[in-house]
Amino acid sequence: MLTTETTDRRLSAQGPVAEQFEAMQQQQASNQFGMWLFLATELLLFGGIFASYVVYLFLYPQGFSEASNLLSLPMGMSNTAVLLTSGLTMVLTEHTINAGRRRSALLFLLATLALGLSFLAIKALEWHHEYQEGLMPVLGLAFEHSGEHAQQVRLFFHFYFSLTGLHVFHMLVGLGLLGTIAVFILQWRDPPRIARQVQITALYWAFVDVLWVVIFTLLYVLRL
Amino acid sequence: MNEFRLYLLSWIVLLALLVVVAAGAELLSGMLAIALVLGGALCMIGVIIVMFMGLKTADALLKVYATGGVLWLGFLVVLTMADYMTR
Repeated sequence: MLTTETTDRRLSAQGPVAEQFEAMQQQQASNQFGMWLFLATELLLFGGIFASYVVYLFLYPQGFSEASNLLSLPMGMSNTAVLLTSGLTMVLTEHTINAGRRRSALLFLLATLALGLSFLAIKALEWHHEYQEGLMPVLGLAFEHSGEHAQQVRLFFHFYFSLTGLHVFHMLVGLGLLGTIAVFILQWRDPPRIARQVQITALYWAFVDVLWVVIFTLLYVLRL
Repeated sequence: MNEFRLYLLSWIVLLALLVVVAAGAELLSGMLAIALVLGGALCMIGVIIVMFMGLKTADALLKVYATGGVLWLGFLVVLTMADYMTR
């Protein structure tokens, strides 16, 4: 492995360069580009569902508007605020670890973990409320909403549980990554490598933020 | 402005946009509400991508790639809707 002189003072730019790269700058660019490539494939997964939802929103505006009103806007807003705040703490984790401030980085990372768990707790409360109201047409559960647009409302809730369920799965993956990074920071064996891992994880976490903003907009606030 | 303040400011802007989007959906109706909700959401996404995903300091290739990703999602939705809206 090579070690190269660099003017970049960030911790992520330090350390030995992996043998397949010529310089740390190239290694970092590859890391980031690889993650963006992965996120683009994720966008393909979510993009199809978003596009289908928009089509049905256009076809059944009344039913989807009626269904959207059944969701709790305060809970949706709280979750959005919590996730946006976790985006801030995650970027501050990256900022502080690059400055070599291990303790601050760990605190910001733990704050991100706590906010992510809070998001899941609020979502679980919301799902429980919808279960009690009979608005959960999944896993063979009865759907009890009646009215002129009952079938359209049912379709909306299929989208709702698919999108929020898929998002929760991504949150769980993200929380697993954050937990692993927290252990790495506690052990502090290869700081420059940990800084680069934080950089990549921060990209994923911010992308989960972006997905939630789209989901919140489509399901909770966009009514035709 | 140091980076810490810039991130803090971005977060405040995001929360303000969230309030604007929710208020727009609750208080307004019709095209104005749709425009406000979509405009606000796009601004939020823009702030997250530029500030929290590091696109502000990324190299040109990454900027082109990220812009392409968002544009292609736009094409997917717009072209699909163009079909349904003109039937």
